Amino acid sequence: MTTPLLENAAAAWEPPVLEPQEAAPMLPRPYVVNRVRQETSDTFTVELQSADGAKPFRFKPGQFNMLYVLGVGEIPISICGDPSRPDTLVHTTRAVGVVTRAMRRLKPGDVLGVRGPFGSAWPIEEAAGNDVVIVAGGIGLAPLRTALYNMLHERQRYGKIVLLYGTRSPNDILYRREVEKWRSHFDLEVYVTVDRASDRWRGNVGVVTSLISRAPFDPLSTVAFICGPEVMMRFAVLELQKRGVDAQNVYLSMERNMKCAVGICGHCQFGPWFVCKDGPVYRYDVIEPFFGKREV
Amino acid sequence: MKTLERVLLDHPFTQGLASEYVQVIAGCATNVVFEAGKVIFREGEEADRFYLIRHGRVALEIHMEQGPIVIQTISENDVLGWSWLVPPYRWRFDARALEVTRALALDGTCLRKKCDDNPAMGYELLKRFTLVLEERLQATRLQLLDMYGHKERKPK
Repeated sequence: MTTPLLENAAAAWEPPVLEPQEAAPMLPRPYVVNRVRQETSDTFTVELQSADGAKPFRFKPGQFNMLYVLGVGEIPISICGDPSRPDTLVHTTRAVGVVTRAMRRLKPGDVLGVRGPFGSAWPIEEAAGNDVVIVAGGIGLAPLRTALYNMLHERQRYGKIVLLYGTRSPNDILYRREVEKWRSHFDLEVYVTVDRASDRWRGNVGVVTSLISRAPFDPLSTVAFICGPEVMMRFAVLELQKRGVDAQNVYLSMERNMKCAVGICGHCQFGPWFVCKDGPVYRYDVIEPFFGKREV
Repeated sequence: MKTLERVLLDHPFTQGLASEYVQVIAGCATNVVFEAGKVIFREGEEADRFYLIRHGRVALEIHMEQGPIVIQTISENDVLGWSWLVPPYRWRFDARALEVTRALALDGTCLRKKCDDNPAMGYELLKRFTLVLEERLQATRLQLLDMYGHKERKPK
């Protein structure tokens, strides 16, 4: 049995709720599209800048914004840019619904409404001094990228940093150039695996959870951040526990249908919490009784 | 120079195995090296051995109309092949070294005979293979889900 590594990880741990930057959290503010970049066949990144000269957008890694495509609808999307560059808001998402498809069609100069930032954050400050294992699946790499940026900016504060990333195929690797660049770092361990590939792919094939057993980290002083499909996160937690990482040192980002983003409407209820307000980042042992339950 | 027994004991598959069993198993083992690109076995061929990978990476491939598809990669400390355990003892996939791969090759026919002669050792080996099979089965189930392709609602 190990103990929680993080100071805020006491038995009565509550998700750290961060207040929205805006005085009026329900009021979208105008942002101009700088760029829309296709990442993979179905994912894209939008870069935004304030249209009304608002002060730089401060946020914590893991938080999300509500993006409003004017006249179409509003959806929650994680912030995935570099927190040290608060002048540019970066969001990556998959074009799967009416709003995200409309968002993909936006051009530089178009205007979006932005509310946020909302929700809890990855505890990167508190993880300092430990090894950090990041387990990302598919587009789950996006909300973890901000945490990685932060830690790389202050690399000396952490032990080993290990990124384990799984996705569908080599063509679906998100931020591919950046991942390749990270792999060339001497102080960052990056392992990528895909579910299937042709014989031209020379990397790993298999589920991301299979990388955990061989990843180089000290389980007794490791904090893990996980984001991806819920089924992947369930198996990732099991593998981390097999390695000896305590449940109190595992954090994951939950997915629910967020609407108001301020804990009023109840759309994103998850057990006794509202994911928009209390999450999306939770410590695993806190949500364990509800995690993976179909009724919740 | 390391003996084959020592090399065997260094592999996670045999860790904790009684030394008399390791001695017996070492009698069926040989040290092998595969250059990058080398085909280790092909689908349909007789599965007369399995491999304990010591270093390197191997792709398991299946051929489809559009060409070979890699369904899994096997790396250092993994076990490659269990068709030697199950009749009709034929490989179900191709295996190809992706990089220089060093392994211990265990003669399946030799080992099956020794397991028949020593059921306690056979049971011990079977338990270890069951763990490997269980891990691969779980991993395969997750791969089948195509989970990254699902629509996702979370902030991303």
